[in-house]
Amino acid sequence: MKIKLTFWKIVFLVIMALGLYSTFVRYYYGLGAISNMTDQFPWGLWIGFDCLCGVMLAAGGFCIVGAVYLFNVERLHSVVRPAVLTAFLGYLLFIVGLLFDLGRPWFIWHQMVYMNPHSVMFEVGMCVMAYTTVLFFEFLPNVLERFNLHAPIKWIKKIYPVLIVLGILLSTLHQSSLGSLYLIMPSKLHPFWYTPALPFLFFGSAISVGLAMTIFESTQSAKAFGRQLELPVLVELGGALLVALWVNALLRFEDYFHRGMLGQIVKPSYESYFLWLELTLAFIIPIGMLSFKKVRLSPQGLYLASIFTVLGFITNRLNIALTGFETYVGHHFVPKWTEFSVTLMIIAMGFALFGTAVKYLPIYPEEHRVEKARPQTLNVAAVSTPVLGHAGD
Amino acid sequence: MSKALLYDATMCIGCKQCEGACAQQNKLPYDDKVAAESVQSEHKYTVVLNKDDKFMRRLCMHCEHPACASVCPVGAFHKTASGPVVYDVWKCIGCRYCMVACPFSQPKYEWQSLNPRVRKCIMCPDRIAAGKPTACAEICPTGATKFGERDELIAEAQERIRQNPTAYKPRIYGMKEVGGTSVLLLSSMNVEEYGYPPSAKLGEIPMPEYTGRVMERIPDFIPVWTLVLGGIYWVSHRREEVASAEAEEKQEKNGGAR
Repeated sequence: MKIKLTFWKIVFLVIMALGLYSTFVRYYYGLGAISNMTDQFPWGLWIGFDCLCGVMLAAGGFCIVGAVYLFNVERLHSVVRPAVLTAFLGYLLFIVGLLFDLGRPWFIWHQMVYMNPHSVMFEVGMCVMAYTTVLFFEFLPNVLERFNLHAPIKWIKKIYPVLIVLGILLSTLHQSSLGSLYLIMPSKLHPFWYTPALPFLFFGSAISVGLAMTIFESTQSAKAFGRQLELPVLVELGGALLVALWVNALLRFEDYFHRGMLGQIVKPSYESYFLWLELTLAFIIPIGMLSFKKVRLSPQGLYLASIFTVLGFITNRLNIALTGFETYVGHHFVPKWTEFSVTLMIIAMGFALFGTAVKYLPIYPEEHRVEKARPQTLNVAAVSTPVLGHAGD
Repeated sequence: MSKALLYDATMCIGCKQCEGACAQQNKLPYDDKVAAESVQSEHKYTVVLNKDDKFMRRLCMHCEHPACASVCPVGAFHKTASGPVVYDVWKCIGCRYCMVACPFSQPKYEWQSLNPRVRKCIMCPDRIAAGKPTACAEICPTGATKFGERDELIAEAQERIRQNPTAYKPRIYGMKEVGGTSVLLLSSMNVEEYGYPPSAKLGEIPMPEYTGRVMERIPDFIPVWTLVLGGIYWVSHRREEVASAEAEEKQEKNGGAR
């Protein structure tokens, strides 16, 4: 069989090649050689994007599982599997990212031995570990089904309520705790982003992005795998996204109002430009778009709104991780190209793994249903045609 | 009792012998080139800064409630009873949260190493245990860096300001900042001019409290949230069960009618 080299495959190969080179630099010459991190900027792009954003982008898993299994939103049932897959891959890749960022990744297991319960990072680490395990079990039935192993699926179904409740509990804890990480830096992080409300804002943005990512990947995989787009599902998600964005926006406003920051955020400054970039992408554009019923009912409109939401909250978290420290440090942080290439490699791995999983596992089970349903529709057509034919008589 | 260092900038002559003694104590390289460096780094735990021949030392402040110790996920830092905040390198996983969290940005990193360590002044804990002052205090020719009991040093600093009010800014930096530190600074200048964060910005609340307020709620939050989630699950699935049971009943009835 000949392997066709499409444009995206070439892009993928280039990203992987550069990423592998950077991986070599990272583990052969150390963090100083591969990144622009310094004593002033000990956390760079990897913490900002791979960790803070990565966990947020994987939030669709618990949002959709919660909606379907806790609140019985049956219409969303068809996106549970892709959302759980995204979450599972997201957390695995988050751990890959950590292995690059930690100075001594070979001691990552110390976390379980020398525990410091006062540390937010410890809590995040334990939750992520436990939640990845939960996601593994939520994902496992896909693999078991593929190989027709029905007995173990039954066992997993039995503990499913526990998995669901545990998964959402762990997600609530670590999604918000990612924000708590920054609570200890009141004198360093810029007041636009430092607020005691950080844990709430992080949890809120996780839900918004979780919903937006589900819209994004449903549309994207419909395009990529030639599936039929399920508009009712997207419309449902779009409505929920609009509500989530409003709640987030009100929280942000409330926070600035209470801290008396409203005057400062409209004054032109380096930080305020980045803040408004974030607010425009995350709130103004998507809320504006989704307020029109026409947009909420159109696949393209929902797709675009979800992209803006995701970009907006990525900007938000990068602002917290990088922009917010620049005034304190006194200079800008620009990641080295090798830092970018590692991040790009991790994202590319995510796309590739998602594609592979969808290809070989029953992630979109309705595909089979459609195939089974098709003859029925044909029958209906066959029945109805003569009826219509007679109608002309 | 808790030991501390009092640095009186008005007595400092900028000889940098403390830098040399520190390097020797911690087995770090020290030569003219290192002496000329005016920033702290993984090979320079303390630095004597010069502004118009007015001097100021920078070193780890050894907070009474250290942020580094509270944030470290593996507890690689801890405050000893005698004052020093020390580091157990064998626990460290290299997350660098300590560096980001430290309000004085004191922990430095071995960025070029493949098995990097966090580096900072550890206040010579071995010397203190042996009843000796820190290396920097011992070598100081003018007594600008003085080692002693924290309470006594604070009393002495207050006395110095009282006796010579024109020579000093009327404050002891480190007495109350972030809940107090084991390094105390006296100066005729504002220490902020040497890169120390302003007292007003630091506040007097120990740093660990900022995260502690959230962390202490988690043990209560877990059971409550589990019950809420479990309850919602039970209710929504109970409804389903009831619905399907009713449907079955109906079917049975229908079946019976036939």
